[in-house]
Amino acid sequence: MSSDVTKSEALPAAVLDCSPRTQVDPRGPRFGAAVTTIVLALALVFVGTTFGTVLIAWQTLVFALGALVGLQAQPYGIFFRSVVKPRLAPPAELEDAAPPRFAQAVGLVFLVVALAGALLGATVVATVAIAFALAAAFLNAAFGFCLGCEMYLLGRRLLHR
Amino acid sequence: MTGVWIVIGVLLAATAFGFWNRWSSGRIKESAAPSTLAGITPATDDDPLADIESDTVAAPVSALTSVLDGRLGERATMVQFSSAFCQPCRATRRILEEVTTMVPGVSHVEIDAEDHLDLVRELDIRRTPTVLFLDGQGIQRKHASGLPRKADVIAALGEIIPGGPEDFAI
Repeated sequence: MSSDVTKSEALPAAVLDCSPRTQVDPRGPRFGAAVTTIVLALALVFVGTTFGTVLIAWQTLVFALGALVGLQAQPYGIFFRSVVKPRLAPPAELEDAAPPRFAQAVGLVFLVVALAGALLGATVVATVAIAFALAAAFLNAAFGFCLGCEMYLLGRRLLHR
Repeated sequence: MTGVWIVIGVLLAATAFGFWNRWSSGRIKESAAPSTLAGITPATDDDPLADIESDTVAAPVSALTSVLDGRLGERATMVQFSSAFCQPCRATRRILEEVTTMVPGVSHVEIDAEDHLDLVRELDIRRTPTVLFLDGQGIQRKHASGLPRKADVIAALGEIIPGGPEDFAI
């Protein structure tokens, strides 16, 4: 019945690796989104300063590791697994790694724009890009809502001719 | 200092959106213009005038017809559109599968939205999961996007299925 869905090798998830249905503790990405929210809020306050640019560069690196290497390489995820998770009860259930990893890729796109803006002195561009990324990270942390994932089908619809 | 105000503004707007989304997500709504799945349950057999005479058959033959062919439930069908980057799709599947075991004559069909983008556009499906509730004739009666609540699903089926929920094995 769900045969249409289980053939994951045909999906773009396979392009981003994601060995068929890697499972993660859903609290990991949620924790990472909370840390990201704090980092991006500070970056928004200090945008235009050296400290702001360092924060943007750091978060760009974090997203790049999460999206291009995998969630297991994402620094906030590593911190969650090594420090936070041992103090928590086992997760009620696991979730697919593909959605949170896709969210990292969407975040990376915004942070690359923000970093370019910050380095080139285009503070307005950097501010707008960080603001979008902040909204997405906060929605993920506070509501478990994955903005990038929700936009994914609309994007596919628009690109499909 | 403007940065602080932007942060506050973004967080307030995101909070408002988050609560609105939580409220609206998974709500089952009436489908305004039911589209007939002509071809699965033809009104007449080989009457050449059927297309002209019947105004229901005049609805365009949906691509959903071929996708669902042979998988329509006897009394109702829940068509779930899913995608690879979808967190609530798995929980939605679990709830709908559970309901099919409770309500006889109801089937659950899961469709990969990315494999059927033309259909997705035709039915104007914007997010996953989206669930379409079809009656025994294959006519779309209700729809929901986001994770639906089990009680709402059962209530919706009760409205769709003639005779109501009396014989549901709840």
